Amino acid sequence: MIRFAQVTFCYHESAAPVLNAVDFEVPEGELWAVVGLSGSGKSTLLRSVNGLVPHFSGGHFSGEVRVDGRSTRVFKPRDLADVVGMVGQSPAAGFVTDTVEDELAYVMENLGVPPAAMRRRVEDTLDLLGLHDLRTRPLRELSGGQQQRVAIGSALTAAPRVLVLDEPTSALDPAAAEEVLACLSRLVHDLGVSVLIAEHRLERVLPFADRVVLVPGGSLPVVVGAPAEVMVTSPVAPPLIRLGRAARWSPLPLSVRDARRVAGPLRERLRHSPQPPAPRPPGPAAAPVAEIAGLTASYGDIVALRDVTLKVYPGEIVALMGRNGSGKSTLLAHLAGLRAPRPGRVRVAGEAPHRLAPKQLNRLIGLVPQDPAQLLYALTVADECQTTDRDDGLRPGTTAASLEGVLPGVPADRHPNDLSEGQRLALALAVILASGPRIVALDEPTRGLDYKAKERLGKTLRDLARQGRAVVVATHDVELVAQIADRAVVLADGEVVADGPAREVVCHSPVFAPQVAKVLAPDPWLTVDEVTEALTRVEP
Amino acid sequence: MAAGAAVMTDRGPARRALHPLAWWAWAVGLAVACLRTTNPLLLGLIAGVVVFVVASQRSSGPWGRSFGMFVRFGVVVVLIRVVIQMVFGQRLGGHTLFVLPQVYLPHWAAGVSIGGPVTLEALLESLWQGLRLAVLLVCFGAANSLASPYRLLRCLPAFLYEAGVAVTVALSFTPEVAATLVGLRQARRLRGRPTRGVAGLRGMAVPLLSGAMDRSLQLAASMDSRGYGRRVGISRRTRRLTEGLAVAGLLASTAGLYWSVTDGSDNIRSTSAFGAGIAALVASMVLAGRRNPRTRYRPDPWRRPEWITLGLAAVALAAFAATSAGLQASVYPLRAPGLPALPALAVLACALPGLIIARPVAASRERPAGSFALWPRPSAEPVVMAPVGRSEAGSR
Repeated sequence: MIRFAQVTFCYHESAAPVLNAVDFEVPEGELWAVVGLSGSGKSTLLRSVNGLVPHFSGGHFSGEVRVDGRSTRVFKPRDLADVVGMVGQSPAAGFVTDTVEDELAYVMENLGVPPAAMRRRVEDTLDLLGLHDLRTRPLRELSGGQQQRVAIGSALTAAPRVLVLDEPTSALDPAAAEEVLACLSRLVHDLGVSVLIAEHRLERVLPFADRVVLVPGGSLPVVVGAPAEVMVTSPVAPPLIRLGRAARWSPLPLSVRDARRVAGPLRERLRHSPQPPAPRPPGPAAAPVAEIAGLTASYGDIVALRDVTLKVYPGEIVALMGRNGSGKSTLLAHLAGLRAPRPGRVRVAGEAPHRLAPKQLNRLIGLVPQDPAQLLYALTVADECQTTDRDDGLRPGTTAASLEGVLPGVPADRHPNDLSEGQRLALALAVILASGPRIVALDEPTRGLDYKAKERLGKTLRDLARQGRAVVVATHDVELVAQIADRAVVLADGEVVADGPAREVVCHSPVFAPQVAKVLAPDPWLTVDEVTEALTRVEP
Repeated sequence: MAAGAAVMTDRGPARRALHPLAWWAWAVGLAVACLRTTNPLLLGLIAGVVVFVVASQRSSGPWGRSFGMFVRFGVVVVLIRVVIQMVFGQRLGGHTLFVLPQVYLPHWAAGVSIGGPVTLEALLESLWQGLRLAVLLVCFGAANSLASPYRLLRCLPAFLYEAGVAVTVALSFTPEVAATLVGLRQARRLRGRPTRGVAGLRGMAVPLLSGAMDRSLQLAASMDSRGYGRRVGISRRTRRLTEGLAVAGLLASTAGLYWSVTDGSDNIRSTSAFGAGIAALVASMVLAGRRNPRTRYRPDPWRRPEWITLGLAAVALAAFAATSAGLQASVYPLRAPGLPALPALAVLACALPGLIIARPVAASRERPAGSFALWPRPSAEPVVMAPVGRSEAGSR
């Protein structure tokens, strides 16, 4: 269905090719996962399927990509619209019309589908993706998960033989992500669509994948193979695979179900080891550094927070969890003084944050927003660091040193937009840390991060907490929560529904439990590191 | 078509929204009518009818909610007009209400006066003129909230389609830029940077523009991947011909209009240029439409309700054109305005769409399918005309 024949591609400004002699063929009705570190060329590979690379990107392209027999050398993306459905990284940026129905019909209008067939296909797609109730709603008012489903639907209505998706679940909470993936798997099985999907959170997509394309980056050849084989050596691996490697399971289990079947002996061995360390009791002797009491917030007639009460203590990492639109970002905005609490009371180190001048505020709390690029305005990394030193009255070089501590080796002469996601986040974090805030808040920091960058972030946040700062992280990423959080607060429809030690909150939830916990339940293990450490103690 | 028909019954023809062109014609008809009058009773009547129809018919989207903004804007316009008259207006004779402290300007500024006696006549005159502007705004707001500009653009002829998409994208772009701006201001506050003044503006302009660029590129990629600009089955010659005809037609008709406005003596030249231009435009549309591979999803039908609405607008226009006495409020001498019967009845008739056409209902709303919206649901706007509307319904 999709045939890559010796494809080599090189962007204009770089010397080394991104794709090097890529050669494989995706047969009809299979779901292939494209994996790799961030910046390794996954998006380039996906965008070359319908010819956006090189028709749109420029660059040097050799070899040939054929989709359903049509070569992208001859056919432009618009002429492949009836064969390839393309869903980009941020769905909202690709919307052309203003309501759900019109968006679904857009591609068919361009293809000249007869009106009667158009009506039928829109209805079918609405049903297939569960969008029926939203048909006349304006696109801007939808939640992230709903927007993602509309974006998939608007590619599907053209009845393409091939669907290409670039990180379709990165903005979604665990439940919404499963919904989208289940829907894709249904398309593959019921309609025989070929799907090519790039995803950082492999734990979500691996159980559905027929094959894995590993893009190692750095001009190395891509590896194509059965998921269990590729994962043995893959530099990116979800916790389940790392657990399997630690326990020397072969073949590697790809789903929690497979793992549980073989995990009996491991559970038995772990029982001989001391149980994982008890959580530090939340709320140590120190006074809370932030206090929120009776906070209610609303946007128009939509209530975002209802009577929320929360205390944050110095030296702890608090994870804010909950589905899309449950009020996590609003809570952080209040904490950072971006919104006035009414009614309610917010105090950070005894001060009301929304009344503070920006200069005083950023000594108390620093917030890294969902899009860290919003914090960066300079043209190079070095310039950004120097500006921050000057503005905050720091010794020259302080911010650069702090950046080196968060993530070494960020190129100083690069434009912030040209950094990888992980590097950009590190820069934003370094800039925020320069003024020495007592609370560091991060909104959805793991979006677009690969496992290595995520681990690095976890370590940085742990260090910050050890220095006595409070860290508040709003996230969908249960693996990050398992890795770092002391306390987990779950929000639902603006109310706090759970607040307690992360281990307890996370292990007892079927939605928020990390993979290791699911495999080793009922024993309360959360991360692969805990398990490997325990194993070395049992059998040195 | 069987499938299409089945779906139609699901949604119910009674629930469909009126054709956007019908709504715009209706609003423009009333707007032009109100340009011809300063009679406060007539203006009030027009405003009442418009508010009533909007309250019963507006769509539920963000455009539907924009009507209140236009009404507020209208009120502001009236206030500004009156205040300017009180402070700077010409000193006209009549019944003095009160005297503002007067500023005497040097002789070279003769003709400009500040302050002085304010007469009832001057005040009323400015009030009626302000009211006319305000009602004009209300009519425009009504057109916007009854049929969003998006829906209007969908009615464009095929050859204007690509220009239409550009406008659609621009329309959706503005709220997006506003949202980005809010985000940027917040980010600057988080970093302790100024958000106002020149420094703030300079700091935000670069990320705002680069963000807008990025978004345009993403949008362009998305549109291209989804088949925008496909030209299957159109020969290059036909396309050139269509485009040439369209450009020539636009030029000729504009020139004709220009001549007719600037030089009234040469009627033949202006009329023939205008006529030829329109003919070329129509030919280009027909040619483009014939070979266009695009189809339209659920085109708005033009049926009896649309004809009725259009007819009502025409009737209102004709009534205002045929009437001469009583359209202008008499200020010198001061007299209570009368209500000329013909225009008043015509305006009242324009409330009919609010009564006979069911309100378009969003799928998730509580109103059951096919229910007729005889009465507007409780809303923030005062529904002035409800009792009149009732008698209208009774007499029908």
